[in-house]
Amino acid sequence: MELITLHGIEKTYQMGDIAVPVLKGISLAINQGELIALTGSSGSGKSTLMNILGCLDRPTAGEYWLEGQETSQLSADARALLRNRKLGFVFQSFNLLARTSALENVAMPLTYSTENLSDAETRKRAAEMLARVGLADRLNHHPAQLSGGQQQRVAIARALINRPPVLFADEPTGNLDSKTSEEVLQMFEQLNAEDGITIIMVTHDPKVAGHAKRVIRMEDGLILDTLPAADQRRETSGGAA
Amino acid sequence: MKVYATARTAFKALRRNPMRAMLTTLGIVIGVGAVIAMMEIGAGASAALKKTIASMGANVLVIRPGTASSGGISFGAGTTTTLTPADCQAILRECPSLRNAAPMVRARAQVVYGNRNWIPNTIYGTTPAYLDVQDWGSLAEGEPFSDRDVLNGNRVCILGQTLVRELFDDESPLGKNIRIKNISFRVVGVLSAKGANMMGFDQDDVILAPWTTIKYRVSGTSLATTNQSPAATDSVNTLSNLYPTEQLALYPEQSNVQQADNPMPVRFANIDQIMAAANSSAEISPAIEEIGAVLRERHRLRAGEPDDFNIRDMAELTNTLSTTTRLMTNLLLAVAMISLLVGGVGIMNIMLVSVTERTREIGLRMAVGARGRDILRQFLVEAVVLCLTGGAMGIVLGHGGSLLVQLLLKWPVETSPAAIAAAVLVSAGVGIIFGFYPAWKASRLDPIEALRYE
Ligand SMILES: Nc1ncnc2c1ncn2[C@@H]1O[C@H](COP(=O)(O)OP(=O)(O)OP(=O)(O)O)[C@@H](O)[C@H]1O
Ligand SMILES: [Mg+2]
Repeated sequence: MELITLHGIEKTYQMGDIAVPVLKGISLAINQGELIALTGSSGSGKSTLMNILGCLDRPTAGEYWLEGQETSQLSADARALLRNRKLGFVFQSFNLLARTSALENVAMPLTYSTENLSDAETRKRAAEMLARVGLADRLNHHPAQLSGGQQQRVAIARALINRPPVLFADEPTGNLDSKTSEEVLQMFEQLNAEDGITIIMVTHDPKVAGHAKRVIRMEDGLILDTLPAADQRRETSGGAA
Repeated sequence: MKVYATARTAFKALRRNPMRAMLTTLGIVIGVGAVIAMMEIGAGASAALKKTIASMGANVLVIRPGTASSGGISFGAGTTTTLTPADCQAILRECPSLRNAAPMVRARAQVVYGNRNWIPNTIYGTTPAYLDVQDWGSLAEGEPFSDRDVLNGNRVCILGQTLVRELFDDESPLGKNIRIKNISFRVVGVLSAKGANMMGFDQDDVILAPWTTIKYRVSGTSLATTNQSPAATDSVNTLSNLYPTEQLALYPEQSNVQQADNPMPVRFANIDQIMAAANSSAEISPAIEEIGAVLRERHRLRAGEPDDFNIRDMAELTNTLSTTTRLMTNLLLAVAMISLLVGGVGIMNIMLVSVTERTREIGLRMAVGARGRDILRQFLVEAVVLCLTGGAMGIVLGHGGSLLVQLLLKWPVETSPAAIAAAVLVSAGVGIIFGFYPAWKASRLDPIEALRYE
């Protein structure tokens, strides 16, 4: 079943008199349960595309269908609601609230949720989510008391607290060393396999992209090609040899 | 529920930087503290003032006869002899706004006790109702004279504190006899001290006696107006033999038995003034109208004829004094308000810094589904929480300050719940007004730019 459908998405930034086209007509279909890596050279428009996919930004032209709903014309409030209900975000720089416990960080999106949970329910849900990412024993730790990998897992728990069908991650391992990167990626694979969450992540690292089932390569605001992960791995290793 | 959660978030956000929150709110603390202290001290001052005015008889009305004139020459207020004790009884009976009324006859004469003498400010001939009219409370010693004493014209009197000091050297005067114009009066009571009134008039320099006694025995006149000059009423100089000023006693004084046998004939007796007390200050104006109507009817004045009496109250004096204190309080309040304003600007400043500092947090909150109005509410509530906390501390500070003033300077202070309620409202208001701009700015941020903010 198609979860996300893009039709000729364009994004042009207006810098004074000069129009800077960043996305030049992207069409794409993503099915439920996919684990996708988005790669491409720096400045190719990956983050811009992610922002549009994540309903943080609106395309200049084109259609974006999310679960059968056209979103490109929605108001800011409607998009906020959509982000809260259906979309999860993981950032390169974790973006946890400082001096706030892991539990409260994870529970934060529930504040803006339309379902009115009681305090106890909120805490229970957040604790479950933290247990899901393997941090059941770190509920009351502050971000400063957690390792980078643990912080990113708290961020993943926060992204999933509202049980969204899709998770977006813009360079989720960019600030992590290879070992903790591996932890986070295994987490993604597990969530994808066990909970059927669709994951779309941006990465520069071919090893990271290797965890994906599908790799989309971008070049200069356009999709260059879409490869199954195995092909991509072979190609990069072939290129290196 | 939602507001409660937002307030809790705000508290947490503020707790992340407690020192700064404290310093930010200092302006509000000082402002609210100053407002509370000002209000309490102001309220204390006006209460003290009200008490002083009440000691002069706050709700007292003075009814005096009108002006006599002859051949175009006016003799001044109180020169006609139109008021009678019956008028006094009539207005008390027929005016529902009046609490009490007392007829007054004034005299000025030398008072002698043993080898001491003194001329009191005034000798009032009146009824026991006078004490109630003047709010004189209980006597320091003894009992007031009775209505029977008034009816019988008994020679009894109540002394003011000044007289006790001057004539009795502070020994108890009860039961002693003093002489006023050679007439012996038994002292039955001593007034409690009232002190000087606002014009510096010693309110304790007074003798009260039944008006009948003063009228017929001391003033010795029944139809003429009382001449109040001391020289005319009495003399202590040696020329008095040459130029006798006392009225001739044509008839020998009656003994008690003779008096009882020959009750005083009913005759037209005029009095100098009537003092009446309204039930409350609000009932002063209706009382004036009622008294006017009753007296006009009793004096058979036709419509269009001018009043042959006039009625005065203390309202003007009360107004002047309370206006002055109100002016002072308002002035100080204005200064306190300015410090609140400065505190509010401080809040706005820090909230702007806070919004800039937390741009990434705002971006994040928006990314996970916060709408602009959620962010607006969060920062607004934060500012209000900050101000209310400051306000609460200010209330404690201001109240403590005014208590200290009361303790150290002995100033009268009055706790005012209205001031506390106002302080809470004002500090919440300051939070909303000065927190709005930063909160609005925060709510207008673009999530992508906010997330990218360094
Ligand atoms: N707000 C903006 N205004 C103008 N130009 C922008 C804006 N945001 C991005 N761009 C431009 O769009 C292009 C793509 O940016 P984007 O961040 O999507 O690249 P990216 O693929 O994520 O690169 P990287 O791999 O380095 O993160 C860049 O050339 C950038 O200069
Ligand atoms: Mg990028």
